[in-house]
Amino acid sequence: MPEYVVEAVIRYKPAARDPEAEVIRRDLLLKGGYGMIKDVRSGKSLRMIVEASSPEEAKQIVERACNELRIFNPVAHTLEVRVWEKSA
Amino acid sequence: MGEIRVAVLQFPGTNCDYDVYHALARVLGVHTELIWHTLFRGDRYDAVILPGGFSYGDYLRAGAIAAHSPAMDQVREMAKEGKPVLGICNGFQILTEAELLPGSLLPNDHLRFICKWVRIRVETTRTAFSNQCQKGQVLHIPIAHNEGRFFVDDRTLKELVENEQVVFRYVDERGEPTPEANPNGSVSNIAGVCNLEGNVVGLMPHPERASEPILSPFNSNDGLLIFFSMLNYISRKT
Repeated sequence: MPEYVVEAVIRYKPAARDPEAEVIRRDLLLKGGYGMIKDVRSGKSLRMIVEASSPEEAKQIVERACNELRIFNPVAHTLEVRVWEKSA
Repeated sequence: MGEIRVAVLQFPGTNCDYDVYHALARVLGVHTELIWHTLFRGDRYDAVILPGGFSYGDYLRAGAIAAHSPAMDQVREMAKEGKPVLGICNGFQILTEAELLPGSLLPNDHLRFICKWVRIRVETTRTAFSNQCQKGQVLHIPIAHNEGRFFVDDRTLKELVENEQVVFRYVDERGEPTPEANPNGSVSNIAGVCNLEGNVVGLMPHPERASEPILSPFNSNDGLLIFFSMLNYISRKT
């Protein structure tokens, strides 16, 4: 069975303030001359190695786990799941 | 009516359990038991309190792992039966993560741990933990948290207000919920909420740390009103 790298990225919903990202933008990026970076959102990334028959299945498994076990909190967070093949 | 029995749940990382025990057992003389979460049986108790601390090291999110403890099935059953369930600080976070209470508790807007005495205003007296207060009464109770920023979207906030589920708000010395009185960026200055039925309540302030005048710079014991309310609620029901 092939293995895939699946990354679950958890971020705040747009309606929730993200003070960490605000500070990164205001006190690092803007002061460092990167005014062209218009928005920053912070988050938490979980990298998982998943055994599955296809990348789609690997993604589905992680999405299901994140929903069933509330790995992200749907009240305050969004979830983005990315998948790629594990290099040998 | 038999003797009232209250359980105080202990998860790995809980650290306010003995303070709650002290307030209930020693200050109020209530039969109180400290129970390790894997051993908890809800049918043995009239009420359960989830105390503060750092359950499971706040890994993933504050309260997120403890919300999956088998003890929470017991707590859910007690909530369904109408028994009083109180979450204090990390206990509040656990109850929201377990979806027994609405909303979510995010890191404070200033991203620092905050530990200080605050004023909270009683917004409703219909709950199992506020019925011995007066509506609009201001209580002095301390907070101590890193993730206390209560968050719900605008639609849910409207529902909470309409359903009288906002129990406590942070207020200033005039009793007004001003931005300056908001210690952590909570929406609408919310410090505590309840479920629809009013028997499950969560709040970030620590009533157990405000249960004896010697603990308080105001020489007060306002936190006891929350525990008196619980005892009154149980007595009325049985």
